[in-house]
Amino acid sequence: MSDLRIRLSQNAPLLTAVVVFALFYVFYNMNHPRGFSTAVLIQNSNEVFTLAMVAMAQTLPVLLGGLDLSVGAIMTLVNTIASHLLNGGPLQIIFGFIVCLAAGAACGFVNGCVVVYGRIQPIIATLATGAIFMGIALFLRPTPGGDVDGDLSWTATNDLYEIAATYGFAQDGDAAWFQPIAWIPVPLLLLILVAVCIWLPFARSVTGRTVYAVGSGEGAAFMSGLAIDRAKIAAFTLGGLFAGIGGLYLALQTSSGNADIPQAGAYTLNSIAAVVIGGTSLLGGVGSAIGSIFGALILRTISFNFRIFEIDPLMQPLFEGVVLLAAVSLGALRVLRVKNSLELFR
Amino acid sequence: MTSVPSDPPASRFRLSEDDKPIVVAASFIVIILAIGTAYTLSTQGTATLLSPQYLLQQLQVGAFLGIVAAGMMLVILLGHIDLSVPWTIAAAAMMATTVGGPAAIPVGLAVGLLVGLVNGMGVAYLRIPSMIFTLGVNAVMRGLMVAHTGGFAPQTAATDLMQYLAVGKILGIPVALLVWAAVSIGVMVLLQRTSFGKSIYAIGNKEAAAYLAGVPTKRMIIGAFCLCGMAAGLAGTLLAGYSTKAYQGMGDAYLLPAIAAVVIGGTHILGGRGRYIGTLIGVILIVLLNSVLSIMQMPEAGRQVIYGSVIIGMLLVYGRGRKVTS
Repeated sequence: MSDLRIRLSQNAPLLTAVVVFALFYVFYNMNHPRGFSTAVLIQNSNEVFTLAMVAMAQTLPVLLGGLDLSVGAIMTLVNTIASHLLNGGPLQIIFGFIVCLAAGAACGFVNGCVVVYGRIQPIIATLATGAIFMGIALFLRPTPGGDVDGDLSWTATNDLYEIAATYGFAQDGDAAWFQPIAWIPVPLLLLILVAVCIWLPFARSVTGRTVYAVGSGEGAAFMSGLAIDRAKIAAFTLGGLFAGIGGLYLALQTSSGNADIPQAGAYTLNSIAAVVIGGTSLLGGVGSAIGSIFGALILRTISFNFRIFEIDPLMQPLFEGVVLLAAVSLGALRVLRVKNSLELFR
Repeated sequence: MTSVPSDPPASRFRLSEDDKPIVVAASFIVIILAIGTAYTLSTQGTATLLSPQYLLQQLQVGAFLGIVAAGMMLVILLGHIDLSVPWTIAAAAMMATTVGGPAAIPVGLAVGLLVGLVNGMGVAYLRIPSMIFTLGVNAVMRGLMVAHTGGFAPQTAATDLMQYLAVGKILGIPVALLVWAAVSIGVMVLLQRTSFGKSIYAIGNKEAAAYLAGVPTKRMIIGAFCLCGMAAGLAGTLLAGYSTKAYQGMGDAYLLPAIAAVVIGGTHILGGRGRYIGTLIGVILIVLLNSVLSIMQMPEAGRQVIYGSVIIGMLLVYGRGRKVTS
């Protein structure tokens, strides 16, 4: 096989997710009365961003062969912290940002330490740490509320033009050179930045490669002399950071903090679904956070389509469930290709 | 190297790996009771926690969790997990109250059985990881119930028999407790005395080996998921009887505590190891912990933190895995 074909076949699940998303999204825009407009794009990227971040966060433990049941709780905890800190002068806000991101990473670091040094299975360790994070979030924000800087909240959820107009650069966004990029929604740009500036360098680093190696075979990775413990802790910490970014954005989007246990649970479960739809194997070692972004996009685009076709709201959860079940069942096609039954048990 | 490193000689007082969780969890229950009693003695001057009546009442509430955990344990022993429990409980309760009459309880159990069957088929034949397949089934059940009830709490009430099973008493002992005891005995006999039970352990240890040894692994997996579904269905039916009606989200509070109870009881989350008595103790521990915390009027925030810390603390004592080195 040529190099290109090998690359294509290795990335088949990711490409499938991209194509499915593109089909769904074009279909949605074609049927939307204001389809293919900036306003629709802004709205959609706002709705997608937090789930995409939480899905990226979930990807790392899954690549290790584990599962993180605390991503929703970390997101919620950072959300409540942000609702306390993201106001006041510019320096205070910058300080708030740093604290929020650090808190997310710290939560992930705690998860990593419990898994590595406590040697507790990730799924059950994060079940417990998730409860603790949720408790802290409830302590910080017993009832929904909070105060987030209005300008910041407005610009973070709009296009680049609004940033320029609000903070007064590029002639308030009217400069000619600024026009080609003025329409880009901020969340979309942030998503691309996180993927390109954080995920890709990590995945290509030795530590990132080690994460994949651990997921494929921890014993083999150990015998190859890879720094397994460091990779695991790094993976969980980065996952916490991603979840933290998601929580931070949720605070900007809703201008408030809310320690909502069902919401945290829903994000956690949706993140698992997004990861699987994005082509990452729950057995570990295969997949990428980029795929998870598209998994999250697919999940959300399905609900967008419901809005367009005015499906009875009472039937929506059923459709969503059936689509989710069908999407994950696609993985069953593997069974048809297996020639030796023993291969099923891997 | 002439001598093969052997295990240290078993000392008389050394706990076996399977017994350790049970002993530790049981002693933790005593500690919880002691702390709770000290608290009530100092604030109210009574040892409420130790009165048989209070304990029976707590165990009655714990029976629902206990039944769910019994089913969950079978699936976890296989090395799988059932995340569809929340809406299986709700669906069983809603269908049971909708049908009503003498058929109510069989219908509730049948709903659980059906969900378990679908789960088992997906996991055994389609080979989809149970984590994600049961998650999907949970979403479908939720969708079905929202469509069925119109998004509101159904107006139908639980039948008298359901209420009797949930809140009735025989000679001062809550009937729910007896139901839990019956389920427990059933699971214990199943796990220890039948080939089905032995197969569950075998599959959990190494499915390929069990398959090569002639165990009909697919049927066993389906069977375990069916039993788990039926346990959730039974719990849902009883729960509807307890609160006299079914409502949305009534099962949400049972999934994670059930998993936690099973794991605290020493069952390995990856399957193949664990004893039912541990699950029983795990359930009692969680129920008593909850009740002591509510006696202390601990706010939700503190409860969550304590809850998580207890799980981590217990597992650090006996749930540590081995370092993978080859």
